[in-house]
Amino acid sequence: MAKTYCAYICSGCGIGDGLDIEALSEVVTGEMSMECKTSGYLCGSEGRALIEKDIQENGVNTVVIGACSPRVMQKEFDFGQDKITVRANLREQVVWAQGKPAEGEEPHAEAAAFLQESAADYMRMACTRAQKTELAVPYQLETEINKTVLVMGGGIAGLTAAQEAALAGYEVILVEKEAALGGKAAGWRKSFPSKAPWTDLEENPVPSLTAAVSGNKKITIKTETEVARIAGSPGNFSVSFKKAGEKSEWDAPAKVTVDEKDLIDKGEKEDPNKGLKVYTEIDPSATKVGSVVLATGWKPADVSQYEHLGYGKVKNVVTNAEFEKMAKAGKVPGNVAFVQSPGGAENDKDFPYCNSVTSMVALKQAQYVCEDNVDGKAYILYQHMRTPGHMELYYKSAQQQNDGIFLTKGNVMNVEEGTDGKLTVAVTDTLLGEAISLSVDMVVLAAGMEPTTLHENTVNLAYRQGPAFSDLELFDGYADSHFICFPYETRRTGVYACGGVRKAETMDETIDDATGAALKAIQCIESTDRGVAVHPRSGDATFPEFFMQRCTQCKRCTEECPFGALDDDEKGTPLPNPTRCRRCGTCMGACPERIIGFKDYNIDLIGSVIKSIEVPEDDEDRLRILVLVCENDAYPALDMAGMKHHKLSHMVRFIPVRCLGSVNMAWIRDALSAGLDGAMLLGCTYGDDYQCHFVKGSEIANKRMENIGDTLSTLGLEPERVTAEQVAITDYDKIPQIVNDFVDAIVEMGPNPFKGF
Amino acid sequence: MTDEQGTSGAILVVGGGISGLTSALEAAEVGNDVFLIEKSASFGGRVAQLNQYFPKLCPPSCGLEINFRRVKNNRKIRTYTMTTVKSVSGVPGNYKVDLEIAPRYVNSNCTACGDCTEACPDMIDNEFNFGMNKSKAAYLPHDMAYPRRYVINKKGLSAEGAKAVQASCKYNAVDLDMKTQNVTINVSSIVWATGWTPYDPTKMDNLKFGQSNAIITNMMMERLAAPNGPTGGAIVRPGDGKAPGSIAFVQCAGSRDENHLEFCSHICCMATLKQMTYVRERYPEAKMYVFYIDLRTPGKYEKFREKLTGDKNSFFIKGKVAEIIPESDGGVTVVAENAVTGEKIHQKVDMAVLATGMQPSLGLQGAPVSLNMDNSGFVISDYEKGMISAGCAKKAADVVTTTQSSTAAALKAIQISRR
Repeated sequence: MAKTYCAYICSGCGIGDGLDIEALSEVVTGEMSMECKTSGYLCGSEGRALIEKDIQENGVNTVVIGACSPRVMQKEFDFGQDKITVRANLREQVVWAQGKPAEGEEPHAEAAAFLQESAADYMRMACTRAQKTELAVPYQLETEINKTVLVMGGGIAGLTAAQEAALAGYEVILVEKEAALGGKAAGWRKSFPSKAPWTDLEENPVPSLTAAVSGNKKITIKTETEVARIAGSPGNFSVSFKKAGEKSEWDAPAKVTVDEKDLIDKGEKEDPNKGLKVYTEIDPSATKVGSVVLATGWKPADVSQYEHLGYGKVKNVVTNAEFEKMAKAGKVPGNVAFVQSPGGAENDKDFPYCNSVTSMVALKQAQYVCEDNVDGKAYILYQHMRTPGHMELYYKSAQQQNDGIFLTKGNVMNVEEGTDGKLTVAVTDTLLGEAISLSVDMVVLAAGMEPTTLHENTVNLAYRQGPAFSDLELFDGYADSHFICFPYETRRTGVYACGGVRKAETMDETIDDATGAALKAIQCIESTDRGVAVHPRSGDATFPEFFMQRCTQCKRCTEECPFGALDDDEKGTPLPNPTRCRRCGTCMGACPERIIGFKDYNIDLIGSVIKSIEVPEDDEDRLRILVLVCENDAYPALDMAGMKHHKLSHMVRFIPVRCLGSVNMAWIRDALSAGLDGAMLLGCTYGDDYQCHFVKGSEIANKRMENIGDTLSTLGLEPERVTAEQVAITDYDKIPQIVNDFVDAIVEMGPNPFKGF
Repeated sequence: MTDEQGTSGAILVVGGGISGLTSALEAAEVGNDVFLIEKSASFGGRVAQLNQYFPKLCPPSCGLEINFRRVKNNRKIRTYTMTTVKSVSGVPGNYKVDLEIAPRYVNSNCTACGDCTEACPDMIDNEFNFGMNKSKAAYLPHDMAYPRRYVINKKGLSAEGAKAVQASCKYNAVDLDMKTQNVTINVSSIVWATGWTPYDPTKMDNLKFGQSNAIITNMMMERLAAPNGPTGGAIVRPGDGKAPGSIAFVQCAGSRDENHLEFCSHICCMATLKQMTYVRERYPEAKMYVFYIDLRTPGKYEKFREKLTGDKNSFFIKGKVAEIIPESDGGVTVVAENAVTGEKIHQKVDMAVLATGMQPSLGLQGAPVSLNMDNSGFVISDYEKGMISAGCAKKAADVVTTTQSSTAAALKAIQISRR
């Protein structure tokens, strides 16, 4: 696009009171050679009309706005997708951030000059960015997009996802490894109340749902089938199916690290992928799909480890899943104890992977005992009955409807064989005020529901980073990456988990969950079709482009991508899959050759923006410190600090970045080489409770920063001139101190000795 | 204002909390047109008032910020604040909805410069902080408010206040003559994401809310702990500002109770454990007493409970609180019976936090159209009619369950638009 520029500076909201707007315009017209206009109220109708007129009459298509934060007034300054708009944050991060002098405190004699210099730098940076930004061209797959949804697993979650996606008009392929659809829940005798008044058990919905799915023309059902591998990317996945339980040469290869590959090549290690097609090979008979719903469910947890409960040793000690099978097949025994917590006296935790499901299962199964037997007695021995929300009403009604259900809190200490084939259950600390001993026909243990991802690859991706989800141990084997705010997000784009594989859930919740996952799968397909990113940069039309001629096959980008978007060839040259990409730019930050970039965000662009900062010589009051700020949390926090008129040092210059993971250390090196005095990264918390929207970005950036210290030392610079800080979006009252303390430390060190070279 | 027309495929989402935001965004990112309306002056709903989410102890504004950004970047979503549904006519797939927009007294000229707040001499109760402090009558609902536009509480404005506020605005954004506006839109379906209201604690006579400053609700605790709250994050007793040496947490204050809310409010156990971390962070030695019926911390939350039950100055008593007695020193005595030991407990504490439950807002205030509701006021979805409930309008739920059901609601709405 041939660009016609114009910059506009707003003097409203106090900007004009603190700054010499005319002088600021001259920086733009002079140094930046760009036309510049001013307005007292740029976001108002007259101000916008000024810009619109230039667009209409003078062909302006690249607009620089020197006004408020880019986080506000987006609609006012949105001139269409075919225009480039760059904002300089003169209000929140310059004028308002000069703070209000405390009472009796004299502002620095040169305060006005400092502020002016700061504003001038932000205009230089914005103009430079405008010059370097190109319009995004949405990515289009080379092949025609496939809009079919693959649903893995034919239990209640998979059936629901398939049915709901089909009802929205999409073709679905539903894969089930067993001979019949229905999954585990098909074997349940009854199901929990799913509607008001929430008091009565209901017919199992699985048979009717199975019938509906089987009769739906949009759904192709493949039973006794498994997914050997899924290759490709959203909109163009290639799925290799195989007969359940059999091996296939198209099974997804295990991940082989660079070191392991060396050993294998030397013959010192066996190739785990012997006999398998390499992961990049495309199966000619594969089936194309657009996105995947993972509904592979759960497995009953092994409860034999709790020796005092006798499972596997003592006859008639069974799990809840086994008891349900008996109940479905016929009559259950008349005298049954339900053990909800395995901890004995030591702890009152439920069995692992129970969530709140097993409390309700015990109530349901206790009802079977009473239904099937005239004097049936069911003892529920719990630590905490977990019947959240409406299930509380079922909890109450189950007790009211059945005289034979007895509940008590208590520590189950021992289960052993008693006389007459009975079992003796010893319980202490009960609500009856004493230890009790129950004689029952059967003991049912509330075994948890382990997600299939805990023990298996499950999703079987033919990806460079391996066939399974990553970092599963961080979340007890569950694949979700942001389980509070964005529960469907995983670290594999276009794959959305639901049902037992995502959380131990009741059928009622599973139906919601699976419907939600179907929505996400559809949304991914439609976003891919429009050539834009999915969450969290949903709608972003840029994508990383690689200048492969200069690639040295260092593999950093393929290793570090948090979403496994990059594959590679035999030599290690990356094979990008733009529709798997979330546009965080971690690959760009990783690349030592600086060959990866986006149309509006790349090494040259940010490097040039940094270089556009004016570096005064020999003036200790005018050091320059670069702060690269995560735009997701830290940048809004800085805005808030400005809104509250907290004082930020006049020596810092903030540049927003997509994620700290996208920060290329070349920027820091070049900044210091250019005479800037220090550099700071400001981003999200990392570790087990990470807040990074791209999961790994801030963690990776911190690792890179550890290494850059060494580089600085070899240059003869103090490694303390660079730092990385973790902040939360709510830290706006603390951020000024964090920034200003760092500035003080740099001042203490003195100016960068490279200044002026 | 002239009537605006949606398309027959458009979706109306009522309620701009985490549930409504999620439904609106998920539908719009598939490609549907969405109207998102919110009755208060800013989006974010209940979660915007929380200091942190359990169990990660991360700030809700982090997730909200991303959602707000998604809204700002999406041309498919049209947002309205201070807006409610007045009436609905037509048929499923082609509803005509009359919306009513209450006057904000600040128009779209507002630049959020803050001059009106600066100039305003009048103070009103800060609703966002449950009246624990005052705000100016010309104000931004809270620090992170989106949209970033000020509001004027006209009733709270004196004559000279009105003059001062009007004079302060350089952009002609203050319009004290603003009238209620009506807008009509066409949509195919409606997602009710109207959320919840903390159960009125004065309804439980025995818990004496309002009779002692030492008795607060769990939502008030969230505001006390929040850095942008009435105390800047200091957890102190309202009124005298005492730093508490002991705090009682009174679980199921209104929930699991036939006389009040018969369901379990789902979040209060975890909310209390989370608030114990707030207290512990500020007062390493403070004694904490939790009076509970069951500790409902299932699944991923068990680990979090373990951390707190391991705290040597925290005591967990299985027993429902019978009474709270205000004491002359400003503290209160909590009376309960330990269900395991049978022991009668009189525990004197400096503060008591009532874990008040969630009452579905729509049930409380009444729906503008005929909707299926259960006895508690939760909305029951009717897909045939294109009336879909989501989040805590549907059932008491934590944030993750809410975002699940809200995402599901988006698909149900899309199905109707394509029917």
